[in-house]
Amino acid sequence: MSENMEHSGQARRQFITFKSGEQEFGADIMTIREIRGWTPTTELPHAPPYVCGVINLRGMVLPVVDLKARLGRGKTEVSAKHVIIVVRCGEQTMGLLVDAVSDILTATESDIQGTPELARDTQSEVVEGIAVLDQRMVTILGMDRLAAMLVDHKPVSQAA
Amino acid sequence: MDPMESIKQTYFQECEELLLAMEEGLIAMEGGEADSEVINAVFRAVHSIKGGGGAFGFESLVSFAHHFETVLDHVRSGKLDHDAPVVKVLLRAGDILADHVSAARSGQPLTEGHDRDVMEELAALADDETSGGGEASADFDDLDFTPMQIEIADEEATAPAISGWRIRFVPHASLYANANEPLLIVRELQSLGDVDVEVDLSRLPSLAELDPANAYFAWTITVQGGATREVIDEAFEFVAGDCDLEIEALAAAPDIEPLPEPAVELSEVDGSSAPAPNAPAIQTAERKGPPAVEAIAAVKQTIRVDLDKVDRLVNLVGELVITQAMLAQRVFEAEVQGAAAVGSGLVELEHLLRDLQESVMAIRTQPVKSVFQRMPRLVRELAAQTNKQVRLVLEGEATEVDKTVIDRLGEPLTHMIRNAIDHGLETPDERRQAGKPDEGTVTLSADHRGGRIVIELSDDGRGINRERVKEKAVEKGLIPPNAMLSDEEVDNLIFLPGFSTASEVSNISGRGVGMDVVRRNIVELGGRIVIASTPKRGSRFTMTLPLTLAVLDGMVVGVGDQTFVLPLTHIVESLQPRKEDIRPFSSERSLLHIRNSYVPLVRTGELLGVKGAQSDPSKGVVILVESEGAGRLALTVDAILGQRQVVIKSFEGNYHRIEGIAAATILGDGRVALILDVDGLVTRCRVNLNHDQITHQATGTFG
Repeated sequence: MSENMEHSGQARRQFITFKSGEQEFGADIMTIREIRGWTPTTELPHAPPYVCGVINLRGMVLPVVDLKARLGRGKTEVSAKHVIIVVRCGEQTMGLLVDAVSDILTATESDIQGTPELARDTQSEVVEGIAVLDQRMVTILGMDRLAAMLVDHKPVSQAA
Repeated sequence: MDPMESIKQTYFQECEELLLAMEEGLIAMEGGEADSEVINAVFRAVHSIKGGGGAFGFESLVSFAHHFETVLDHVRSGKLDHDAPVVKVLLRAGDILADHVSAARSGQPLTEGHDRDVMEELAALADDETSGGGEASADFDDLDFTPMQIEIADEEATAPAISGWRIRFVPHASLYANANEPLLIVRELQSLGDVDVEVDLSRLPSLAELDPANAYFAWTITVQGGATREVIDEAFEFVAGDCDLEIEALAAAPDIEPLPEPAVELSEVDGSSAPAPNAPAIQTAERKGPPAVEAIAAVKQTIRVDLDKVDRLVNLVGELVITQAMLAQRVFEAEVQGAAAVGSGLVELEHLLRDLQESVMAIRTQPVKSVFQRMPRLVRELAAQTNKQVRLVLEGEATEVDKTVIDRLGEPLTHMIRNAIDHGLETPDERRQAGKPDEGTVTLSADHRGGRIVIELSDDGRGINRERVKEKAVEKGLIPPNAMLSDEEVDNLIFLPGFSTASEVSNISGRGVGMDVVRRNIVELGGRIVIASTPKRGSRFTMTLPLTLAVLDGMVVGVGDQTFVLPLTHIVESLQPRKEDIRPFSSERSLLHIRNSYVPLVRTGELLGVKGAQSDPSKGVVILVESEGAGRLALTVDAILGQRQVVIKSFEGNYHRIEGIAAATILGDGRVALILDVDGLVTRCRVNLNHDQITHQATGTFG
């Protein structure tokens, strides 16, 4: 990582990295408010499969998104070891259910590549880019894109 | 925000309060309880509105307020009696002044001649009492008002004697640089006679742009008494080159009331003390005049706080209460040593938290007066339009309710008063024939009852014509022709959508919105409305509303593995149905048989996709609810878990709206429970009925 830090004159960004399934993901540290253990959710009627429900975050009703399900890899079998990352995008707050938080990572803009053109799928909708650091590949998620899907109102018939 | 803009906003806020004070005073005068203090208060209010308006250059407002003020001044000085006809004109003038203020606020000028009638009446009144004032009224149309010279009075023409001086004093930065002190000058002037100082902050920029070395304040100083021009000039001798100075003679007007300085909030003055360190001192000097001090003492100290801040506080306190409950539970479960001592501490904490919660909730409350005060004007206008004589009696104006409730009370009340006067009250002729006094009485009252606010609107008019209501309902297909209805049921037909009793559409209440809209407004607020009517004696509408929209009385129900809250206002009754009462109707629908009627049965669990819900309604509980669009529904739930007051938490902003869910709440155990929206459930039912077709069409895109 140290060699990447030496790029001078470029804007540096810090990312929190976390695991969901086998893959490592990153999210801009500025969007992350806190990380907390799994608490059981209250399900929302007719929510898409990737919305686990809502939890009480100190009086705020917070929707929780299962990242694994969102990326089309099946629902997470939750246990006490899972964590919820509380993400704030603009005025919107949501929780992101992941397996574990691993690291804090510093990267410059040049370390981040765009999504490969051939790899477009359900995942690429929410991916901002790919960071390659120390032979690790970290998929950087665009939190605003994830969050936007929760507030776009869908008609009743489609939500079912 | 542009500093000028924010001062303007403050001015308009002040105006609202001043207009209310004015109206209150005028109504007291109308009721014959006018002592000099009341008249003075009205005068001060109008004067302050005029003064501030001048500073912002609202010319038509100032010119109207000026005429108004002149008449008030005559009343105050006893030159004019405040008998009924005069007060009537004053009340109308008050209405027009309010129009001027709202026109200035919205930036849309009033239509030409809107105030002409009243202006002429005011002029006539002023005329009556001023000797040889004929020319004054001729002058009214082309009077030119200089915005800053707030207290200019056209009495100059009629009374040339000099009673004092008005000094406009605008220090330059160099004045302070040369170690001069405006305070000393003011003190000097005070030795010459009664001094009234008004500070003009309009040039004051926001704190960020403020240059401490610059001078931003200006003062208008009125010196009463017979001081000569030379003496005045002498006071300013040392600063003459370092300031703008306008000195003019004051006509012998009746003593001018010092302004209670409405546009200046203390905080603003503090924040700006840098450029003129003596400013606060001058403020006190200004307030030395006894009438001003009285005026200030009469006004309760208040601060303006952003509603969001209060809401955050309310939220946090709500959380604190839940956390305390959780903590108590944990301590109890853990059976720790010394649990008794901890327990008693927790009980103490609980009491404190309850007090805290109540106090915090009280911050959001306001007296209903702010809505009630708008009604007298409405009544006056309606009385004039319908040629009826109406007396409005207001009771319990001090009753306090949450601000959100108050904000949404105005519209339904307005509509109901229109109805009461237009349909309820008879014309004076009709009333005389019925042996009633010419003047009809409409009473609007508010009261606290059992944790809710009860608002009643009653009139002594003709009552509801049940025959006609019934006829109309049949005509519109709202009830079958042979329906047997009790009197009460007939009366309540007027709340049905699409019902309007006006035999001909009048421009007052027959505007396509009927009592159904009123009822909907009230229900949206979590309230109920009922009517009681006696033919020939009048009608009474009773509304019960929650004290706040932040909490709701709900029934907590279990459906499968989930807990939901049903608003109590929608619930008619709950029952355990027998198997034979449930009749299949179609492949998807069943009906529930309750006392000779059939009500559609809605399987809540199925509708909301909850796992593990009881599928046999006869093994669970059925809750009969009243919906807005589809009448009664029977919702099936597994069990009733209790009834409690819950704090409403919206998740809008974090998640899209869900049809059938109104909001969420947090239960005592810290878990989130969803609050059901009965009308949304109806919509969802209807969609589900067509569900097959939709899924067919949607398969292509969603498969």
